[in-house]
Amino acid sequence: MKAIRKFFDKLNEKTEKGQKFHWLKSTVEAFESFVFVSKNTAKSGAHLRDAIDMKRAMSLVIIALVPCLLFGMFNVGWQHFVSQGQTFAEVGFWTMFLYGFLKVLPLLVVSYVVGLGIEFAFAQVRGHEVNEGYLVTGMLIPLICPPDVPLWQLAVAVAFAVIIGKEIFGGTGMNFLNPALVARAFLFFSYPSQMSGDTVWISDKADAFSGATPLGEMMTGAVAPHNSILDMFLGFIPGCVGETSVVAILLGAALLLITGIASWRIMLSVFVGAAAMGITFNLIGSADNAYMNLPFYCHFLMGGFMFGAVFMATDPVTSSQTDRGKYIYGFLIGLMAVLIRVVNPAYPEGMMLAILLMNVFAPLIDYFVVDGNVKKRMRRWKTVSDRTTSEQ
Amino acid sequence: MLRTIKINKGLDISLFGKANEVICEKKTDLYALKPKDFIGMTPKLLVEEGDKVKAGSPVFGSKEKPEIHFVSPVSGIVKAVMRGEKRAIEAIIIEEDGTNESVDFSAIEDIKEKLLASGCWTFIRQRPYSVIPKTDTTPKCIVIKGFDSSPLAPDYNILLKGEEKAFQKGTEIISKLTEGKVHLNVSSKCPLDFIPSCEKLQVNYFEGKHPCGNVSVQIEKLDPINKGERIWYIDATDIITVGKLFLTGKYVSDKIVALTGGEVKQTGYYKIKRGACIKPLIEENVSTTKHLRFISGNVLTGTKVEADGFMSFYDNQITVISEGDNYEPFGWILPGFKKFSISRTFPYGFLRLICNKPVKVNANLHGGKRAFVFTGEFEKVLPMNIYPMQLIKACIIEDIDQMEQLGIYEIDSEDFALCEVIDPSKTEIQQIIRNGLELMRKEMGE
Repeated sequence: MKAIRKFFDKLNEKTEKGQKFHWLKSTVEAFESFVFVSKNTAKSGAHLRDAIDMKRAMSLVIIALVPCLLFGMFNVGWQHFVSQGQTFAEVGFWTMFLYGFLKVLPLLVVSYVVGLGIEFAFAQVRGHEVNEGYLVTGMLIPLICPPDVPLWQLAVAVAFAVIIGKEIFGGTGMNFLNPALVARAFLFFSYPSQMSGDTVWISDKADAFSGATPLGEMMTGAVAPHNSILDMFLGFIPGCVGETSVVAILLGAALLLITGIASWRIMLSVFVGAAAMGITFNLIGSADNAYMNLPFYCHFLMGGFMFGAVFMATDPVTSSQTDRGKYIYGFLIGLMAVLIRVVNPAYPEGMMLAILLMNVFAPLIDYFVVDGNVKKRMRRWKTVSDRTTSEQ
Repeated sequence: MLRTIKINKGLDISLFGKANEVICEKKTDLYALKPKDFIGMTPKLLVEEGDKVKAGSPVFGSKEKPEIHFVSPVSGIVKAVMRGEKRAIEAIIIEEDGTNESVDFSAIEDIKEKLLASGCWTFIRQRPYSVIPKTDTTPKCIVIKGFDSSPLAPDYNILLKGEEKAFQKGTEIISKLTEGKVHLNVSSKCPLDFIPSCEKLQVNYFEGKHPCGNVSVQIEKLDPINKGERIWYIDATDIITVGKLFLTGKYVSDKIVALTGGEVKQTGYYKIKRGACIKPLIEENVSTTKHLRFISGNVLTGTKVEADGFMSFYDNQITVISEGDNYEPFGWILPGFKKFSISRTFPYGFLRLICNKPVKVNANLHGGKRAFVFTGEFEKVLPMNIYPMQLIKACIIEDIDQMEQLGIYEIDSEDFALCEVIDPSKTEIQQIIRNGLELMRKEMGE
């Protein structure tokens, strides 16, 4: 440890202002802060500070994503071999996992290398410390992509998301759209042929095998998805890498809620909103649109709903900031997601669009919530000033 | 009339080093007045180095409010005028000569004049802005702070012990400064042994976690401040000094302070005079192995002082914690069993829910500065009908209209101390709020 400390002390000397490597200061700082928590003490204000920092908070989100990542890797292999007509007993766990691992790892590497590269460059230019936000985004992006997404497309999407979705607004904490979903939306609208249909969800699928996701089947008029509810719950269905297993997502959700990193208000209200819309459709019913008759709880199990509710909607930067606003924001996400799924024939998945839409509206929701507080205060002032004038 | 008010939100931080209930006496010769203790005040020096002063002699005045001046706590000689950046006066140091001479104020009849002449006017502060009030203004009510809820806060029953007569007299005098009520706010957990009686006095019992002892939180429940209104507040310990002034005609600067903190060997209460040097109190009484931080006041709002520094004007407490200015390998990911955190990402976050076990803390920031990311946390520790994050942001962008609408008149930077403590982005929130308040004050011409 002492040797590492000495090494960083030396680096710090060389990146001081006026020194040759000053242009690398943010980069050195970023790596140093991973090894050592800085020795800076409170200069003004309170003399004691909570031990939590952005690094710990963000790394907990990453830990919460690990079950999804691991299961996703396995499921990529599982779907591939099953589509080839092979069974689990024939192939074995490790072969399946290894196949998925080798598929997903490049996605992760591309996402982190491109995204962090841009982040470091921006931090350096601004003279800021490198923010930890991208560590989470960089993990989320591969998890919401189909396993066979071409790496160059992923790289372009990541660059777009980080630059246009975040950095031009001032970096982490200043963006109003969830960067991971910006990347996903960019892929979805720029390369639709690689991003939808029946063939993209299973890596190297055998042609004869139907690769439709439950969502895809429902959109094309099926009465119910051919996957069983148990399969959908456990995650043995085709889909984006990390979104299929409700169990894995629930594990992550549990960690986020126990540690208090994610807002339970948002998570809860997303489900309430979706259930409300789903039940309404169930009650209305329809002879033409079988989707309306799909039991409402199936929406929780299909597509990216669960993943979005737990990891995307709860992004504190792009969601509503007020407690009351969080309920409204979450409720409308759930409601819109189901509405888009069922009524809109163009997009099979409503979650991404619902969250992005509500990201845009979140500041407006907050505005009205805070305005309520302001109005109350103004009323109090007015009654007081009325009273004093009448007394005079 | 007796009423109990319950404050639901907030946070009690339980630290090592609560003051033992013993009263010790320590002798010090050096005293100081620090102009920085008074918000928005530019000092105008009235003495020179080497001048002889009595207890109650004016030392400096205020350029903005010439009728107000600040007096020497003891009789002695002006030893030094310490200056800092741009020659701003940091401290005026007075060496006691042991003659115990005091200026006699008993001839002055008018209450306001007597308070002003004796320097006791400076005990009163005004909300909004926490400045010493102008003499031509009147408050809608006056709040007497009868307890402190901050970490390791002293017990007011010990601070006020044996001063019943002065407390009674002081309260009577103060109540003459307002047409409205005088609120004496005390803790329902350990109420004051002696409650003065006075016609305008209303005693309010507060129950809850810190910051239930803060004036802003209390006044919001009692009689919220509207635009253009003023309330005054004064600490119960300062009421004693006011009472003594009217009983004896002299400025008696004696007070009791608590010496607290995890790095103090023998904590306790000390009889000193206002502005005393802390050196004799901590000498051979603190741990010697660590780099220490000495705080006049509590860990949330106190001022950092040197080991031979001086008590700040309004403080009743000295806290000593370790500085913590060392690197910590992988501190952000290790379990951190001994660390203080209210977030449940550390074991203490759970532990404190079960038993509020005391912790040892240091002044380390535990991380780098970041933009605001997490939301909904500040609301948990600010028991007021105010949106903290929005108000902080309004202060950062210096939007006066928004600051006003979001309730800047009702708060002080001390109310945001807990927000600052729990903020994972390590923002200097109290400074931001103070800057916002100062901007507002200049704008309103106070």
